[in-house]
Amino acid sequence: MSILVVADHDNDTIKASTLVTVAAATAIGGDIEVLVAGENCGAAGEAASKIAGVSKVLVADNAAYAHAIAENIAALVVELGPNYSHILTATTTTGKNFMPRVAALLDVAQISDISAVVSEDTFERPIYAGNAIATVQSSDSIKVLTVRGTAFDPVAADGGSAAIEAVDVVTDTGLTTWDRDEIVKLERPELTAASIIVSGGRGMQNGENFALLESVADKLGAAIGASRAAVDAGFVPNDMQVGQTGKIVAPDLYIAVGISGAIQHLAGMKDSKVIVAINKDEDAPIFQVADYGLVADLFKAVPELDSML
Amino acid sequence: MKVLVTVKRVVDYNVNVRVLSDNTGVDLNNVKMSVNPFDEIAIEEAVRLKEAGTAEEVVVVSIGTSACQEQIRTALALGADRGILVETDEDMQPLAIAKCMKALIEKEQPGLIITGKQAIDDDNSQTGQMIAALAGLSQATFASELVIGDGTATVTREIDGGLETITVKLPAIVTTDLRLNEPRYASLPNIMKAKKKPIDTYTPADLGVEVAPRVKTLKVTPPAERKAGIIVETVEELVDKLKNEAKVIS
Ligand SMILES: Cc1cc2nc3c(=O)[nH]c(=O)nc-3n(C[C@H](O)[C@H](O)[C@H](O)COP(=O)(O)OP(=O)(O)OC[C@H]3O[C@@H](n4cnc5c(N)ncnc54)[C@H](O)[C@@H]3O)c2cc1C
Ligand SMILES: Cc1cc2nc3c(=O)[nH]c(=O)nc-3n(C[C@H](O)[C@H](O)[C@H](O)COP(=O)(O)OP(=O)(O)OC[C@H]3O[C@@H](n4cnc5c(N)ncnc54)[C@H](O)[C@@H]3O)c2cc1C
Repeated sequence: MSILVVADHDNDTIKASTLVTVAAATAIGGDIEVLVAGENCGAAGEAASKIAGVSKVLVADNAAYAHAIAENIAALVVELGPNYSHILTATTTTGKNFMPRVAALLDVAQISDISAVVSEDTFERPIYAGNAIATVQSSDSIKVLTVRGTAFDPVAADGGSAAIEAVDVVTDTGLTTWDRDEIVKLERPELTAASIIVSGGRGMQNGENFALLESVADKLGAAIGASRAAVDAGFVPNDMQVGQTGKIVAPDLYIAVGISGAIQHLAGMKDSKVIVAINKDEDAPIFQVADYGLVADLFKAVPELDSML
Repeated sequence: MKVLVTVKRVVDYNVNVRVLSDNTGVDLNNVKMSVNPFDEIAIEEAVRLKEAGTAEEVVVVSIGTSACQEQIRTALALGADRGILVETDEDMQPLAIAKCMKALIEKEQPGLIITGKQAIDDDNSQTGQMIAALAGLSQATFASELVIGDGTATVTREIDGGLETITVKLPAIVTTDLRLNEPRYASLPNIMKAKKKPIDTYTPADLGVEVAPRVKTLKVTPPAERKAGIIVETVEELVDKLKNEAKVIS
């Protein structure tokens, strides 16, 4: 069996989600090759060659693959696809964008967001916002999978010495042009990689009040998250949304402040190791999943917490 | 321009689903069913395009059992002009749904297809992308803004690091994210009017689509339970627990 992992990277480095995806590939078992598609992505290719357990790295370096345009990346992966028994990528917005195209063009199903490998053709995945876990078996010859970032322990980023091979297939469908992006400048750890997250909800009342959480986060080396209500209300940008339809996180410590604990929010954070809830309503559902609940006004409790750290 | 919108019948987002004790699935008996919330956003966007004079007709498609007519009627009450039901009792997976949609796109020749970014039951987030692939069209997923231009659409997408803007050639598939718009509620007169709007029915076989599922669900189990936590009385106690009991901060 030969497995292709499509790397999540920024042309210079390999993202942690790729290490998680390689871990899932290792659990399936077989020869693991990594595809790095991008523009001026040689450094990311080098980094991929050092990942533990990887036997070969394919580097497709072309302007057509800049900005991970789904149509072009999918066409490339489809070209390479028939050589493999499994094609995997991380469940990121990039992976979710191109991978279903790959599956459809190969005429196979995609199994989204796997959380465990049972065997070479059988996988677990959460459904209904994580309220149920389905064990599913694929009858397709090529298994196309996306991998949940919180579900596998990442493999080591070094220790490997895979051969690097250039891929000169260029597929530019010309269907989509990239105009611009507005990437939020991060002064703190990335949500999906942070070991501590402080998250605020509608109870924060406005964007300025998030400064209370920032101060705590800085002392703890934490990332800042938010509920959908806080994002919809414009307190904070969209990339901070935790939940079923936002980011899925599982840090060592998740502190939910002024968040009620709707199922859609819980879906994104209930696998956290330790959950703390600060909410003035003792009946808020967040307390049902919290290891430590504090029934208090956040505007008193958070500054107090800040002063004790 | 004609706009095709997909609507999926799903368990209402307020329902806390329970896994059946025989582990064959989740309990759907007497559970409230609704239009997938992302599809409500898709309908709203299409109706706004019609109100702005950009679109002439909004056609909604649902694929599944005859009960999906309810969700089509909801979409018609929200302003769609007519409905298409692809009726089947088969377990329809995204690839089969995309094949049905490809056939309907050939029949209907829409200028734009809008789907939800994910269905809140299976959480696959695949169908729109698969439709685009099979129909050979461009895609703009997770849209939070859509501007129709001359033969193109410029779409702002919600991505992991923030926002991205791309321009796609029409016809294209757009999948909706939460902040694309705020869907309206249907008024009573519009609900009455919707009853008279036409719904065409096909079977997957009429569309030449083979729907045999590729993925078999072996079992469905509840997630691991979290053990009950405690209520702390003071911030001081909280900090003490985090340091000395949970040992997650130092
Ligand atoms: C299709 C769909 C997808 C969704 N996806 C997501 C998702 O990915 N992520 C997500 O988070 N939500 C999602 N939601 C929304 C979700 O259903 C809830 O509406 C949302 O999570 C509520 O956010 P909240 O807890 O901040 O707000 P609320 O439910 O309004 O809760 C605010 C809480 O703050 C507390 N509070 C207020 N003031 C104070 C104070 N001074 N001190 C202490 N506590 C205070 C209140 O007691 C209350 O419990 C989705 C919904 C739908 C329909
Ligand atoms: C009786 C029954 C049993 C099923 N059992 C299983 C099972 O065991 N395992 C399994 O994986 N699937 C099963 N399915 C299929 C499943 O319900 C989904 O329809 C399918 O997997 C699509 O996935 P999704 O909705 O998560 O797609 P997503 O890709 O998340 O959906 C995105 C968007 O695609 C559109 N869309 C999706 N489905 C439809 C539709 N039917 N009609 C119109 N638009 C649609 C909507 O706009 C939606 O917002 C079953 C279906 C039925 C009817």
